[in-house]
Amino acid sequence: MSATSATTVSARGATNGAPSGGTGAAMRRTGEWARRAPLLPALVLTVIVTQLPFVVTIVTSFISWNAYYPDRRHFAGLENFQTVVSDPDARRAILVSVTLTLAVVLVSLLLGLVSALLLDRKFLGRSIVRTLMITPFLVVPVAAALLWKHALYNPEYGLFDGLLRMVFGSGAPQVDWIGQYPFLSVMFAIVWQWTPFMMLILLAGLQSRPLDVVEAARIDGASSWQIFRHMTLPHLRSYIELAGLLGTIYVVQNFDHVFTITSGGLGTANLPYYIYQTFYTAHDYGLASAAGVIVVVLTIAVATVALRTVFSLFKEENR
Amino acid sequence: MSATTASTAPALRHRKRSWGERSLGLVAWLVGLIFFFPFLWMVLTSFHSEADAATNPPSFFAPLSLEGYRDFFAAGPLPPLINSATASIVSTLLVIVLAFPAAYALSIRPVRKWTDVLFFFLSTKFLPVVAGLLPIYLFAQQVGLLDNIWLLVLFYTVMNLPIAVWMLRSFLAEVPVEMLEAAQVDGAGLLTTMRKIIAPVVTPGIAAAALICFIFSWNELLFARVLTATVSETAPVFLTGFVTSQGLFLAKVCAASLVVSLPVLIAGFAAQDKLVQGLSMGAVR
Repeated sequence: MSATSATTVSARGATNGAPSGGTGAAMRRTGEWARRAPLLPALVLTVIVTQLPFVVTIVTSFISWNAYYPDRRHFAGLENFQTVVSDPDARRAILVSVTLTLAVVLVSLLLGLVSALLLDRKFLGRSIVRTLMITPFLVVPVAAALLWKHALYNPEYGLFDGLLRMVFGSGAPQVDWIGQYPFLSVMFAIVWQWTPFMMLILLAGLQSRPLDVVEAARIDGASSWQIFRHMTLPHLRSYIELAGLLGTIYVVQNFDHVFTITSGGLGTANLPYYIYQTFYTAHDYGLASAAGVIVVVLTIAVATVALRTVFSLFKEENR
Repeated sequence: MSATTASTAPALRHRKRSWGERSLGLVAWLVGLIFFFPFLWMVLTSFHSEADAATNPPSFFAPLSLEGYRDFFAAGPLPPLINSATASIVSTLLVIVLAFPAAYALSIRPVRKWTDVLFFFLSTKFLPVVAGLLPIYLFAQQVGLLDNIWLLVLFYTVMNLPIAVWMLRSFLAEVPVEMLEAAQVDGAGLLTTMRKIIAPVVTPGIAAAALICFIFSWNELLFARVLTATVSETAPVFLTGFVTSQGLFLAKVCAASLVVSLPVLIAGFAAQDKLVQGLSMGAVR
């Protein structure tokens, strides 16, 4: 990830390569194979299981193929893509995927940063608070989604409306959380689960910060805010990028929460759910594949944009 | 913050700062408790009777009951739990066996264009798994591997392999070159070098990578739902079917959610230092 490790490792490569450099070409070749051999099992398996299916998906996306009508299978060109793009459900799914991913990643990054900063200081019971904080990340996503849907959001006996009634009495407003705010309901359940992940990465970043420099700045009269803006944030940059990137990769693929909380209803179906439905319920293989290709393109685009944004933000910071 | 500041700063300022620090500690506790509260509510509800679990306003101090757990275990959760354990543990072991040599080749004896290879591994994580769902389903159907737990083992292995390679590579890159060279000069063979120099550095890394792979395979739902049915159903799939088919029993749902999450919770709590270290090492280095 960082430039320093790249140089260390390539330097190491040079030192390791030096002894074999003087010998014959044949020797060098066997040496290279000996080096590649440990890599091969992992590489070959990854190519077969991840790349091959994706190639099949790309091919299928150009075929009109519904499992209910196997004899009508034919090459369709870009027809599937046209259908996906003109299908209002698919268009909404694309929009939901993008907004849900960006909203979840940004909110959980921010909350993760705040809690990481709080946990970086010494205070009584710090390790207990850290344990409390990481718990949401360790709850199985389906279980977490069930918890939010039934035990918290439920309008009849959910905790949230129950607390409202405890505080404001029997006349308290009783909100149908999922019915009235389906997008936010799904979003907050995912934010709850992913904030600890962001916090863990950022906390590790904070703890790898050289403290003596910070101490020196403090003695020179730098305020806490100045230290945060000019020392802590730039140091955290690569950690924030990475947390955002990994978060994006996982959140854009979210299926569990959408499936459990709304079953894709109320306009919350994202692309993975749309594909699941097109493939599993409608059995339209061609359409599902075209949507799959779109998700891949979208993931790469969103991840790149997210990275760029964070990057440029910090470039201004460094000036 | 440190003794130096305390001694140079006037006493008044010092006291002020420590007050500020104390209140920030309280804020940290508050944030931690807010995040923990939904989980606590799940635990509490799972130990209430169905009648007490579904009340409004909520009854925090209702008498404890094992009704939810009794009903959950009566629903036959053992086969799905065993399936999940098989898929997660076997795939995690396979991941480590495959990822360790690869990470070794990429860090200590870097192959040419090692950055490209590493980037390739990472890029497979950019492929949303849902894009490979159909071909894998069709393949499983053709060769008769649908509803077979070993297909999930294979899939989870490959799903987690890139993360493990990435994490282990950064741990292995921590081994000082000088130590490796010194061992070489002393005539230590590969196995001795591995055992004496590399193993101590990399053991926490392996633990961290294994923990993360275990969590992700245990939690996986989409593929398990599509590729399994009655025989090889995993715990998350069981959880989803469990609610829709039997109506809603809040205490039972909470008990089920807690039991299914328990292996990950125990592993995560026990090894939280490794989790932090693993995420950060795999992350930025």
